[in-house]
Amino acid sequence: MKEFFAFVRKEFLHIFRDRKTLLVLVGLPTVLIVLFGFAISTEIRNVNIGLLSMDDDISITRLMQKIDRSEYFTYVGKYASEAEVDEAMRRGEIDAALIFPAGFIPAMFGAEGAEMALVVDATNPNNASMEVMYLSRIVYGYFGDEMAGSGIGMPSDMPAGGASLTPNLRMLYNPQLKSSYNFVPGIMGLILMLICALMTSVSIVREKETGSMEVLLVSPVRPIYIVLAKMIPYFVISCAILLNILLLTIFVLKVPVEGSFFWMILVSLIYIILSLGIGMFVSSIVKTQIIATLICGMIFLIPVMMFSGMLYPIESMPVALQWFAQVIPAKWFIEAMRKIMIEGVPVRYVTTEILIMSGLAVLFFTAAVVKFKDRIE
Amino acid sequence: MEKDEFVIEVEHLTKRFGNFTAVDDITFDVRRGEIFGFLGANGAGKTTAMRMLTGLSFPTSGTGHVAGFDIRTQSELIKKHIGYMSQKFALYGDLTVNDNMELFAGIYGVPRNEVKTRIDMLLDRLSLSAEKNSPVKDLPQGWKQKIAFSVAIIHKPEIVFLDEPTGGVDPAARRQFWELIYEAVDEGITAFVTTHYMDEAEYCNRISMMVDGRIDALDSPASLKEKYGASSIAEVFDILARGAERSE
Repeated sequence: MKEFFAFVRKEFLHIFRDRKTLLVLVGLPTVLIVLFGFAISTEIRNVNIGLLSMDDDISITRLMQKIDRSEYFTYVGKYASEAEVDEAMRRGEIDAALIFPAGFIPAMFGAEGAEMALVVDATNPNNASMEVMYLSRIVYGYFGDEMAGSGIGMPSDMPAGGASLTPNLRMLYNPQLKSSYNFVPGIMGLILMLICALMTSVSIVREKETGSMEVLLVSPVRPIYIVLAKMIPYFVISCAILLNILLLTIFVLKVPVEGSFFWMILVSLIYIILSLGIGMFVSSIVKTQIIATLICGMIFLIPVMMFSGMLYPIESMPVALQWFAQVIPAKWFIEAMRKIMIEGVPVRYVTTEILIMSGLAVLFFTAAVVKFKDRIE
Repeated sequence: MEKDEFVIEVEHLTKRFGNFTAVDDITFDVRRGEIFGFLGANGAGKTTAMRMLTGLSFPTSGTGHVAGFDIRTQSELIKKHIGYMSQKFALYGDLTVNDNMELFAGIYGVPRNEVKTRIDMLLDRLSLSAEKNSPVKDLPQGWKQKIAFSVAIIHKPEIVFLDEPTGGVDPAARRQFWELIYEAVDEGITAFVTTHYMDEAEYCNRISMMVDGRIDALDSPASLKEKYGASSIAEVFDILARGAERSE
């Protein structure tokens, strides 16, 4: 065991002497979390709203004030004609406009009901649909209250009228629609895979490439110790990064963690071990650092981004790709983390994910050890 | 102890890879405290033979004992009693001289309280004490090889295997390196050296020459020159290599 600890110490020295790489490893998750959390956000903000109304009704003015008060929208001003609204939108002055026809308010209280238009700049379709959703919610809510207050929305008076028709949109699990929630498990999946699989495999293969492996194999260190000793520092770093990400998520991004911390950390640990297994497996089948980097990068990292549901929902992919996504280890981790962290479900709903990850970990480790023994002889 | 005179004894050692016989029935022994030169062209089977002696490779047939242990069944014990230095690898560049020495002292189980004194002693002998905390990558190649040699004998092995130890350094550095080997031998360590510098072969007590997996000649440099009527070991090698079937 003494030689094993001498070896573990050496691995730590390698990592700590290489300050730049260490800085990248620890800094990268922080930067990514902050970037994804704040800058790259799919939320809408500072949407400029215009108004075209033929009447000067107080209700409409109050509605615009209400819209202006929300954190998403800013009321820019009133326009005189549809042509002017169009012009303002082309200039980039407004992103959306509410158009009320003449006599809108009286018509609303009438039997026929009233119609209004919501015009949105759909250059960016995602933003446009979010804007429509948010705006219509505010508008419905506002007029619903208006009519209820006037006493006209009563069932006996007007069974199909205004308030009773208000659609009730509810965004579950992420009520403020904060996109950062979704990115957190994705980034964890990416970073941990990067450190555990890529760094470990490159570090083992480097010993082969420089010839030091040969010297080590002649020494009394058992070959399996050489590999295990490589994993320990990366395991420790991964745990530190895991803690770092969780703290950033909770205290900087203020994501409310719904589920159990214990299971969240356990799932992460299983994933870390799985990634280490992948790293060890890759190192046992390749001979050069370049190939190890390529394999880890192409086969394990890029698909994490594309197929783990981090950037694109898996459900909206073609069936063939959905099947492919099932074999991406990170996909199971990200799904499990989302369920525990954001949905806060009890652990029995993530047993499938946990079992699949554990199974994969055993598989990769076994394959790596078998491969590794082969090479020695 | 019966094994005392010979630290390496090999009989009819053979290694085949499929139809290819890399090492073909070699028999030789190495005496305690001598410098044994293991010569041969590239592809003659030197590396394969050395891999079997160091416990990296299992022989197809034949027997061998290194430091008194059977190469078939006791390779783990052999590894504890030998040192090894390869040409390709000279220490971890990103670690300091001291880190490297501590690592191998740890791997070979040097008692903790002796590690520091032994490192200081070895560095003092190399006159490199000032470089103790320098990263190895900043040192010249000749120094690295000298340090690598010290690392290989840090646990006072019975035999040190040196695989092309002086590749890529200038003649002056090579001479200094051989002085280190002599010092180690004076302490009772046996040196098993492969080299393709024929002038270095002259420094050995005895040399063997491998051709096509066989040992075609084994004797002291002087006797070999006399036997083949040659003026240098290089000439002896040429005469023997002429009959080789495997190309370089």
